[in-house]
Amino acid sequence: MTKFEEKQPSVSVDKLMWMYEQMVKIRYYEDQMVEAYTEGKSPVFNIGEGPVPGEMHLATGQEPAAAGMMVHLTKDDTVTAPHRPHHHAIAKGVDLKKMTAEIFGKESGLGKGKGGHMHLFDPEVKFSCGGIVAAGIPHAVGAAMANKMKGKDWVAVAFIGEGAANAGAFHESLNLAALWNLPLIIVVEDNSYGISVPKTASTSVESNDLRASAYGVAGAYVKDNDPVAMYKASEEAVNRARNGQGPTIIEIETFRFLGHFQGDPELYRDKEEVPGLRARDPIMKLRQQLLDAEHVNEPELEEIETRAKKEVDDAYQFARDSDYPKPEAALDDVFTS
Amino acid sequence: METAKKRMLTGNKAMAEAIAQEMENDKNVFVLGEDIGKYGGIFGSTQGLMEKFGPERVLDTPISETAFIGAAIGAAAEGMRPVAELMFVDFFGVCMDQIYNHMAKIPYMSGGNVRLPMVLMTAVGGGYSDAAQHSQTLYATFAHMPGMKVVAPSTPYDLKGMMTSAIRDDNPVVFMFHKSLQGLGWMDQLDYAVGHVPEESYTVPLDKANVMREGKDVTIVGIQMMTHYAMEAAERLAQDGIEAEVIDLRSLAPIDKDTILNSVKKTHRLVVVDEDYRSYGMTAEIAAIVSEEALYELESPIKRLAIPDVPIPYSHVLEDFVLPGPDKIVETVKQMMDEA
Ligand SMILES: Cc1ncc(C[n+]2csc(CCOP(=O)(O)OP(=O)(O)O)c2C)c(N)n1
Ligand SMILES: [Mg+2]
Repeated sequence: MTKFEEKQPSVSVDKLMWMYEQMVKIRYYEDQMVEAYTEGKSPVFNIGEGPVPGEMHLATGQEPAAAGMMVHLTKDDTVTAPHRPHHHAIAKGVDLKKMTAEIFGKESGLGKGKGGHMHLFDPEVKFSCGGIVAAGIPHAVGAAMANKMKGKDWVAVAFIGEGAANAGAFHESLNLAALWNLPLIIVVEDNSYGISVPKTASTSVESNDLRASAYGVAGAYVKDNDPVAMYKASEEAVNRARNGQGPTIIEIETFRFLGHFQGDPELYRDKEEVPGLRARDPIMKLRQQLLDAEHVNEPELEEIETRAKKEVDDAYQFARDSDYPKPEAALDDVFTS
Repeated sequence: METAKKRMLTGNKAMAEAIAQEMENDKNVFVLGEDIGKYGGIFGSTQGLMEKFGPERVLDTPISETAFIGAAIGAAAEGMRPVAELMFVDFFGVCMDQIYNHMAKIPYMSGGNVRLPMVLMTAVGGGYSDAAQHSQTLYATFAHMPGMKVVAPSTPYDLKGMMTSAIRDDNPVVFMFHKSLQGLGWMDQLDYAVGHVPEESYTVPLDKANVMREGKDVTIVGIQMMTHYAMEAAERLAQDGIEAEVIDLRSLAPIDKDTILNSVKKTHRLVVVDEDYRSYGMTAEIAAIVSEEALYELESPIKRLAIPDVPIPYSHVLEDFVLPGPDKIVETVKQMMDEA
């Protein structure tokens, strides 16, 4: 038993290692995306230019929510994600090459270049996301319903931002999932803002786990963007769902290190805020915990980091090397064949 | 002799100025929507309003479109004059019940006894790879349903004048502004997103199309970006000796039939260009009006350019393929002239 497991017997350090690798991969993926997105957009920033045009919402700083939940899921469990989906997609095991090619608008992409960064679909690992706030929640309700009908113990997890918890779909879905006792988990990532609007100006309660009691479901709160606490809260929620004990809302306090989208002037937040958040980087925190637990040493961690980065670099290379679709392909796929 | 330098504004500043002037004129006017306060609207339509009028009259809302658009209806029924912003028209899906079952029908169902003097403003349009859920115009979706005035101005001058008219109108007005015509620093910098806008308040009617360019050979009807593309095409056609008349529709509902019919009676040819889906849309409506009321004036079949009934794709090669542009307009007109 490692030191860590002595202190926290319920936590598997191997699983934390997996989380660490995912978080490093996500961070590096988003860092590369900042670069790719910026290409072709200077000296004049025009959202429509460069190899990656359109809106770009990155998840840098929000890695624990995805890694801490996904460590308990298999490819049979369903995940729906919002407009900020890369961390969920990566941790769920979405094909990284095809995902990146999609974001580059290439034919080899998940959606043959039709969807883009907000609309990634990988049925192989039961992952989807979309650009309409809160719309993924009812889809997860439906997946949970299907699992129950099929007699499987698979669960469905909807990831949303704290802003989405004020949409009707959130409330209707919770009532329905509770009423039908479905294996649904909603993870609310509270990054303090819905675009420019702070949570305090949008939400009538302090945290959304408090809303659980209104629907008769379980609620959990994870503070300080803590990977280990997210691991534990998620494990409980997944077990509850698998055992037929109904839905859970988990709210996690997380950090948005970047703008709402790339190019956001962020005039609505204090210049000191982000450096303060970066000082509480969850990846550095988990790294230190793993070293302290004497489960791994520095070279081993570096090996993990190198492996994760290589996977990301390969995916970007694949995307760049792929061809654009033929223009007429725009007319295909309105109906599936 | 005109020596004074014209006052030039971007589309979004023109809109914000109209709203500010109406807020000064009438204390019942207020604004609500997502990120319309400190941020000034994602597309800048409410810039400066928070600073001027404060949070009592400029309300940032949660992401609760049904609630705040429904609340605008309720407040309008009480005599307030709300201006609500639906950030992207694509988000209409989460709140359409309030819009078409209530905002559009209450005045009628009440036999005209309930007035809803409100504006629902919303951003439309694609062309910058924002994909299927953020690039639509949905002109026809709204214009199809009775009970709403639906306008879509194309110039800063009209954006201001029509916004002023919309706020003063006692009926619900859906005010669509095109993202590319707002003059945003983070989008393509288009000349036509900046234009002359007088400082003093003025109105532009909500039911009149505008002849942007006179010509005798063919009528091209466009709206918003398609109007500007039609103007570009007309310049190029003129070099080949083809004089196109360009009409900016501006108002989808009510539609100004007379301006279109009068033009077709002069040119005897019609091309309609739309940034919305082709079937059951604005191009079909105008083609139907002309067939019903001026069929024998036509020297060649009507041509329609619109999105070929597919969701807007992400990849720019695909999006370019489905969006009409100046090249397609020029090509279509030339074909038409050759056939004659
Ligand atoms: C129904 C709907 N309304 C508004 C928007 C515009 N919008 C996109 S993201 C966003 C803020 C979302 O905030 P939050 O849920 O906290 O997620 P975050 O961006 O912080 O990850 C808004 C308002 C949308 N996409 N869909
Ligand atoms: Mg948020």
